[in-house]
Amino acid sequence: MRWTHWVNFPILGIMIWSGLLIYWANDVYTITIFGHTFVRFFPQWFYDTLHIPQRLSEGMAFHFLFMWFFALNGLCYVLYTLITGDWRQLWPNRYSLKEAWQVLLHDLRIRKTAPPQGKYNAAQRIAYSAIILMGAGSVFTGLAIYKPVQFYWLVWLMGGYHLARIWHFMLTIGYVLFFMVHVVQVVLAGWNNFRSAVAGFEVIDEQSKAVLNEKEKH
Amino acid sequence: MKKKSIKKPLTIEQKIRRREFLSFGIFGALGVAAYSGWKWLYHAPEEAAGITAGARQPLRRALNKTELFFRRLTFNESHLAKTYPVSMAAKTVRHNSDIGSEGDIDTAVWKLEVKKLNGQKLFIGFDEIKALPKTDLVFDFKCVEGWDQIQHWGGVTFAEFVKHFGLQTEAKLGYVGLMTPDKGYYVGIDMPSALHPQTVLAYEMNGQPLAAQHGKPLRLIIPVKYGIKNLKRIGSINFSDRRPPDYWAEQGYDYYSGL
Repeated sequence: MRWTHWVNFPILGIMIWSGLLIYWANDVYTITIFGHTFVRFFPQWFYDTLHIPQRLSEGMAFHFLFMWFFALNGLCYVLYTLITGDWRQLWPNRYSLKEAWQVLLHDLRIRKTAPPQGKYNAAQRIAYSAIILMGAGSVFTGLAIYKPVQFYWLVWLMGGYHLARIWHFMLTIGYVLFFMVHVVQVVLAGWNNFRSAVAGFEVIDEQSKAVLNEKEKH
Repeated sequence: MKKKSIKKPLTIEQKIRRREFLSFGIFGALGVAAYSGWKWLYHAPEEAAGITAGARQPLRRALNKTELFFRRLTFNESHLAKTYPVSMAAKTVRHNSDIGSEGDIDTAVWKLEVKKLNGQKLFIGFDEIKALPKTDLVFDFKCVEGWDQIQHWGGVTFAEFVKHFGLQTEAKLGYVGLMTPDKGYYVGIDMPSALHPQTVLAYEMNGQPLAAQHGKPLRLIIPVKYGIKNLKRIGSINFSDRRPPDYWAEQGYDYYSGL
């Protein structure tokens, strides 16, 4: 689980970067409400800083190689959690929605106590499950744009070629937002937590007695 | 959390330190390896210029392998591009480029040159093509840049063309190559895509003869490919078992470019 997480990081980075090289060739998306454009994807300075323009064929070549790694790595993660039964700690249950709200209030310092939790709290369960569904969404919307004639049924499911491209784009924006919140949370959670994400063990302070808690490869 | 301990402070401390050192050592080493791998790929030499060119060598290999995977697994003649009512077709059809079809051409003078396998050449006039059964196609034209537009084209299907001019032997080969009269633009199409029931040699757009900038007098409309394969103003057609030259495949794009 730790492995797929860290493998995913650079792959997703490359997918987003090569995706930008492709998107540049037809960069029509904006957030426009009542005729006023609030955000334009993307402003020229953004492209210039990242050296995006005029690299469509390069972007496609990278995108269509790393899509394999992205999909296979995601598949490995899902299979691993299913086979080990770890999905039970991750998948939201019927209390998760209510508890996630309490976690949110607690994290925003509005509420004093956080609801009891297992390995992951309710907000984490929802977020970490959603990000996997988003990953699957990227693969399927991607396939729909990639081979729209062969996967005509996927295109139909996505609401057409146009919409499939928009979903694909919005999911990517979603990853970037997720990443920002994720990093803040990791920093707040502290060193012990970060170490566990890399090394797989956590040091637990129990009545002044340190216990080495084997967490295996979670 | 602080690490306090009473009984064996050093052992546990050491244990933690050792595992920390090992884990982060491996983590760092893999990170460096991944970064060097990326560096290698990013700076990989460009492929030798041939039928394809302009892409990094490993990436071109990946494109070709991926093509085979999707061709074998997903391409099916019976998968048709979605069609639309004529009323949905764009009145102003988008025009991207004139490479190989600059200026105007006289339809009466124009002849389509077809190279047969026995060395014989056919020179087909515009009226001979117009006499064949006409197919109208309203579909969503897709550009490699990412835009798409519903367009209305009319002409003869390539399959019908092959049948009528007795090119069945030629059509058993792997590829068909098309070129503009000035040889400035050229595409190679795999035979299954060329014989797809919606692949059309078009001479009409929105019910009118093609304008010069849209490929007058005859152009390729192939919905199972990106726009870059939809050659305007066809001058010659040839058949081969090897990939014919392809303008954009020489500029780093995927040769197949199939949808």
